[in-house]
Amino acid sequence: MFYTAHFGAAVLGCYLVAWVMLKSRWPATSPTVAILCWQGIGLAVGLSAIGIPISLGLAPYGRPPGTAFRILVNDLAGGRLPAELGVGHLALISVGLGIGVVLFWSTGASLRHAAKARQRQRDLLALVARADPAAPGALVLDHPSAAAYCVPGLRPRVVISAGALSLLPRDELAAVLSHEHAHAKERHDLVLLPFSALVRALPGVSWMVRAMAAVALLVEMRADDRARRLHTDELLAAALARFATAPSRVTPAGMLAAADHDIVARVRRLRAPLGPTPLAALVALASTTALAALPVALFLS
Amino acid sequence: MTRLGDLERAVMDVLWDRSGPATVREVVDALDGRDLAYTTVMTVLDRLAGKGMVGRERTGRAWSYQPVAGRDAYIAQLMLDALEMAGEKDAALVRFARSVTGDEAEVLRAALDKDKA
Repeated sequence: MFYTAHFGAAVLGCYLVAWVMLKSRWPATSPTVAILCWQGIGLAVGLSAIGIPISLGLAPYGRPPGTAFRILVNDLAGGRLPAELGVGHLALISVGLGIGVVLFWSTGASLRHAAKARQRQRDLLALVARADPAAPGALVLDHPSAAAYCVPGLRPRVVISAGALSLLPRDELAAVLSHEHAHAKERHDLVLLPFSALVRALPGVSWMVRAMAAVALLVEMRADDRARRLHTDELLAAALARFATAPSRVTPAGMLAAADHDIVARVRRLRAPLGPTPLAALVALASTTALAALPVALFLS
Repeated sequence: MTRLGDLERAVMDVLWDRSGPATVREVVDALDGRDLAYTTVMTVLDRLAGKGMVGRERTGRAWSYQPVAGRDAYIAQLMLDALEMAGEKDAALVRFARSVTGDEAEVLRAALDKDKA
């Protein structure tokens, strides 16, 4: 029980830090630190979800989970289990290992699914997209709606529609392309991967869904900040607003009506200059590092 | 772009520009200026069939090939993916921004106007 309490404390700590981060303003000013914090939370929650049932099952050994697990493997190999280790304990250990398998499997499933969809995108783009001197480093799709996106991967593609080309002045276009290239270069798809795996593996844990949405927005902000190094804030903000308010001609209007507060948040933060990292961000980073280290240490001890 | 990718595109363009199905020979003839071997074009058409881009059927002794969908349909499909109207939430793309309507658009315009003021 002693070690289970540690895993439980890690989850509780993660929940509290996540709650504070979802309420705070500082993640918008320091998206990179916030992304690191979320990665730590994701790691701690994933490991603790495995560790809680396993440590309950290993409680009869009265040793740290790492050591107790090694003893259990030896006992199983030798065919003699301690009397106080019942079927219930073994079931709990199986549940923990099962969660580990599901996490591993759903990470793989997310990767496979994305790889297939991206291959299809690249195949189609190779056939119908064209290069255009107006959009260096990007592929152009001849379609009147405004779209700019990145197909991430080892061979990334940055794509922009003809509608976006005509919508954006040249300098705003350059800012948009910088934003997309930042996604591709920093592999932001991999930043999101652990969270889509956690959401798949822990269905019904609603704050994980909110965490994933928060990370998705932070990744956009990070890409915005990369683009800000090369272009003025006003250009990027103007491009965002132009994009978001452009009439879409491919889809029934009602389907896009889902409010997207994210864009408003991104435009707002572009109007404030980048400042130093706030103290709250550093405290959160230290906390999440400790929270991630706790279950790792328990498994290793 | 790779030479093979370039060829696939050229072959698709030939098929899209014709109204009906085409045999390998007809595609080779249409790509006259490129001086391609019959077997090269056949390989490219096989690859395209493998990717599900073209369908084929036997007419007499030769196979004839036809695009599964038009160029515009593929562009529309890519755009739907890009605008997140198709496929799953965790699908493969990272978009610049989604379109918003109504109130959100007003808030954005207001934010920008305030910026200029």
